[in-house]
Formats: sequence, C-alpha cells, structure tokens
Amino acid sequence: MSEPAPTPKMPIPKMPIPKMTARDVNVYYGDKQAIDGVSIDVFRDDVTALIGPSGCGKSTFLRTLNRMNDTVPGARVTGDIRLDADDIYAPQMDVVQLRARVGMVFQKPNPFPKSIYDNVAYGPRIHGLAPAKADMDGVVEKALTRAGLWAEVKDRLSDSGTALSGGQQQRLCIARAIAVGPEVVLMDEPCSALDPIATAKIEELIHELRGRFAIVIVTHNMQQAARVSQRTAFFHMGKVVEYGATSDIFTNPREDRTKDYITGRYG
Amino acid sequence: MNSPAPPTSKWAGDAMQARLRRRYAAERRFRWFGFGAVALSVGFLLFLLVNMAAAGLSGFSQTRIAVPVDFRGSGLSINLDRMTREQAQSTLAQQGLPDLLTLSATAAFGPEGEHYLGAAAGAVARDAILGDPSMLSRQVIIDLPAASAIDVAAKGAGDAVSEAAVARLDAQGKLSSGFDTLFLSGADATDPTLAGVWGALKGSLLTMLVTMLFAFPIGTFTAVYLEEYAPKNRLTDIIEVSINNLAAVPSIIFGLLALALFINMFGLCGGSPLVGGMTLALMTMPVIVIAARNAIKAVPPSIRDAALAVGASKVQVVFHHVLPLALPGILTGAIIGMARALGETAPLLLIGMRAFVGDAPAGLCDRATVLPMQIFLWSDEVDKGFVENTSAAIIVLLIVLLSMNAIAITLRNKFEQRW
Repeated sequence: MSEPAPTPKMPIPKMPIPKMTARDVNVYYGDKQAIDGVSIDVFRDDVTALIGPSGCGKSTFLRTLNRMNDTVPGARVTGDIRLDADDIYAPQMDVVQLRARVGMVFQKPNPFPKSIYDNVAYGPRIHGLAPAKADMDGVVEKALTRAGLWAEVKDRLSDSGTALSGGQQQRLCIARAIAVGPEVVLMDEPCSALDPIATAKIEELIHELRGRFAIVIVTHNMQQAARVSQRTAFFHMGKVVEYGATSDIFTNPREDRTKDYITGRYG
Repeated sequence: MNSPAPPTSKWAGDAMQARLRRRYAAERRFRWFGFGAVALSVGFLLFLLVNMAAAGLSGFSQTRIAVPVDFRGSGLSINLDRMTREQAQSTLAQQGLPDLLTLSATAAFGPEGEHYLGAAAGAVARDAILGDPSMLSRQVIIDLPAASAIDVAAKGAGDAVSEAAVARLDAQGKLSSGFDTLFLSGADATDPTLAGVWGALKGSLLTMLVTMLFAFPIGTFTAVYLEEYAPKNRLTDIIEVSINNLAAVPSIIFGLLALALFINMFGLCGGSPLVGGMTLALMTMPVIVIAARNAIKAVPPSIRDAALAVGASKVQVVFHHVLPLALPGILTGAIIGMARALGETAPLLLIGMRAFVGDAPAGLCDRATVLPMQIFLWSDEVDKGFVENTSAAIIVLLIVLLSMNAIAITLRNKFEQRW
C-alpha cells in the first residue's frame, strides 16, 4: 500500500464496496494444506483473474467461493468468505441458494445430455424462477442471447446440448450459469479446452458480461488474464503472492516471483 | 558426439527379420486362439439349441385318433339355452360321456382300444359337443387325443405293443397330429397328455414380478445411497464387502434364510409366488446393487458438478441427472439378475415350491411352482410322455429368458444417452 504512484489506468475513482471478500482463507485436503491464508476482494464491476502455476491452489480457491469444495471428501475450509455481508460458510447459509447466487463455469464444457433449451432452463426450473412456459422461453432466450449463442441455436433448441461444438458447448454452459441470475460467476479455465477462435469468442463474451455480475476467472494463459481482467491475483504454493490491478501486475510487479512467472521464467 | 552405426542399417538384418516373423506369428496364433474359443462356444450353443428343439418340439404336438362315436341311444342330452357351459359340462360327465368314449374305442379298435384314448379325450369330446350339440343325435367321428403310450409310440419312441397299435391305426388312416393347446394352457398333471406348462409359466411370471418389485427399487436405492450419500469409512467398507460376498453366496442358502425369515418368522404363505419372489429378490439384490453402483460411478463427475453449480440439491442431482444416465446400466444388471433368478431352483426347493400343483396360481399367495422346478419335477417322472414335456418346458423357459433379454436390450437402447 506504500506504492506512491497512483494507477492512472484504473478507472475506479474511489474504492467501491467489494461483492465478495475472502479473509485469511485456508483449505485443507485431509492433512494437506492447499490454500494458506488467502485474502482477496472481488468487485462487482470487475473481472478478477487468478493466475499461477499448476497446483498452486487457484482452482481450489475458486471452488471455495461457491462451496463446491464441500463435495470433495476430506476438504476443510477455515477463514471468512462473505458474499455481500453474508458469511457463506455460516451454518444458516443455504448452499443451494449460494450456488444460484454464485454460478460456475468449468474447465471442460459439461452440458447436460439434454436439449439446449433444457440445459438453460434447468436452473430457473429447479429454483422456480419462471413458472409459466412463456416466462421460461424468455429466460432461455435472454440467457442464450447474453451468452452470444442465440443466433446459432435458436432454430434447434430441442437438439442435444452435447451435439454442439466445444466452443458452443462452453457458451451454453455460460448461458446455463447466467440463466439463474447470479451475482458472481466463477470460471475455472473456461478456455483451456477450446481452440483460439472459440477462446476469442469466450473472451469477447466476458467483456460483454462484465458489469452485470462479478466475474472471477482462473486461467493459465497470461495474455488472457491481461486481456480480460481488471484485477489479478498471482497464486503460488497455496498463497497469494501478489494481488492488484492487472495493469500493475503485468507491467510493474512488486514481487520477483510474480515477475518471473509472468515473464515465463517458470510455471 | 560420435553416434554408433546408424540404426537404420539394422532394420533389414536377419535378427530383425526373425523378430518380425515371430511377432506376426504370435499375432496370428492369438487370433486363431480367439477364433477357436468363439467357435467352440458357438458350437456348444448350437448343439444345445438343436438338441432341445429336436427333443422338445414334439412336446408341442399331440397325436389324435379318429374315433367314430354313435350318440344315438346314448341318452346324452344337454340344453344350452337353459344351462351354463359349466352345467352342461358336468351334465355330460354325469350322463356317462367318458364311458361312451371308451365303449366307442373298444368297438372300433378291439378290446385293447380302451387303452388308446388319453385322459384328455373326455374334455375334447365335451368341447366338441358344446360346439355343436346337434351331434348328440347322430354318429360322428371325433379326433380324440391318444393315450401317452400311443403318443410316444407315434413319435417313434414307444414300446413294442404300442408300436404295433400305432402301425395298425396308421394303416387304417385313423392317426393325425395337431398342436397341443393343452400343453400351453394346462398345469401339472399325473398324465403326461394332460400336463401343461402354463401353471409353471404363470408361477414364474408372478414370482419374477415380485422379485422385480422388491429387488429393483431396494437394490437401486442401496446403490444410490452407498455411492452418493454414504461417508467413506470403515462401516461402509464392511457393507460394500458384504454385498460383494452376498452376490457369491450359493443360492440354496438364501432358501434357508427365506424359510427361517419369511415362513417361520413372519408366517407368510409358503410355496407361493410371493415368498418365492421375495427369496429370489434376496438373491438378486446384491447383483443389482453391484451393477447399479458401477453404472452410477460411470456417470461423469462433471455432470454432477454442472448440476450442483446451478444450485441443484443433492436429491435433484441424483434424480434429474445421475439416475437417468445410470439407468441403462442399472437395467442391464437387473435383467442379468432376473435371468439368473428365473432359472433358479435350489432356494425354491426349501420354501415349498417343490410340490405337485395342479392349477395355475390365481394370486400371489396361491401355491405355485416355477418353470425350472417343473422341468426338474417332470424329468423325475417315469412315464415316457414326460420326456418330451420336459424338453418342451425347457424351450418355453428359454423363450421367456430370450424375451426378457430382448426387453432389456430395447430398454437400454431407449434410455441410452451419449455425453
């Protein structure tokens, strides 16, 4: 915080209230500690990128934000993670509602083996968000449009979601995640299984979605982090080495390890 | 660095060529072993099918003897306008229809003619009369089912006396043969010409129904619980090992368990499809649990993640995604288990299904027998007529098995989804 130079590229005049805050988060798998004292703020209008070498815990940390780690046997989380003011690990927090508020897109596109329509409609349906068929049609169209897929699939909504190409499947998964109207969307290396053209479409989509909800993206691709994010956290060995504005991290890293990683010396 | 002689020169060398030949020979040998194994199993299967068909198909046909019957002066009379069919049937029996048939046979074929007609002759004649009451006032020729000895002799396996009788009847053109409807509609009987497979078939179907109703849901939910809910600890390990062992327990032990539990303790109706089905359900359940667990395990975790991440609860994940995707595998396991249960005899011996049951069971608590038990019982009979009944019943059992498998494959293909 002692950096004297202000960051002119940050268009945020004063510090907004964070959407999610993580304070001193530790994650253990059995006896092994995977995350060690991570503290990060996620802002509503920003895309936050988590970068770092393989096995550094960035995906693990991402999965603590919607408690997907609950499904891993032996996983234990300590520390304080809040969505707005709500402690998401508090006993009274309903994990189903939490995951509706904090959506997730995975590394490998994983559409349900159902129709495109049902893939998108599944979330709203189980949460009772659109009881009438006409409402549901609207929700599905809106989600697919936002995911940039509507034009490609509007004539074949009843086809299986698994029949789409990899890039389309991933956008379908994004549509599925945003159909329930989340406040935060977590993306776990969403482009690592895609070709460059499909990757470019997803990145474009992230740009368009920015501002509607907070986005946290894990990526191996340094250029991608630089292109899509406003904030970047560099993870190493379960710790956050450096967290700040993406422009600073990539042009003026404070830590040598960050610099080494970004310049490709290791990782 | 100086590398040794370039390796390319060795590819054409003798050692390399010999190695190549050995590799090709090994592959050829392996292919022939495989082909031989397939040929052997197909050969055995064909032998079984041909053998069964040859021995059993004649069990579906019945030898009939044309007997002239003169009803004039017999005193038989019925009035279908005032009688129900049952009343008419008993009236005919009381008025001496069976005796008349015996007399007619004796009159036509000599003194030994009374042994020519089978036990079902009375019923066939009765039905003929009910179909056309006017024949009671004239002489008619009725094709009546032959006695077991004649039937067997006509099919080429009888004793000398019957062979001679058949030769004589055949020379007179009195013999004919037709489809034995009684075999498919009747139940067990002491006379092979009367005995039918329907009683055992219906018993088997009812038993399978009970087995399916118990084993499928319990097995599936056990698998779901163990895979999706149970914590991984010592207790669940023990349960898992126990279930795997249960699948290998000899079936007769399940019979003892069922005898002690269902009949002696709960006092359920012994020898019935209900208890039989529950016994076989005990036996089938571990098979279904194992198959269902494997099918559930094979559902990609990414589908579970996807559903959880849009806020599906655990139950919703299981019922909306995991079970539908696992269903083909579960069905396959269930059908394999059911097929095994359908052919099972040993445990049913102990719960009292080894009994002569002369009627098809009307309900789940009636005394009944099942197809493999019927086959076992008939194969024990002395009368030669039961030999072909046995083989014919085996054919029926195989047909039921094959249809069950066909249904399984159809269902599996219907529910199968790709991801």
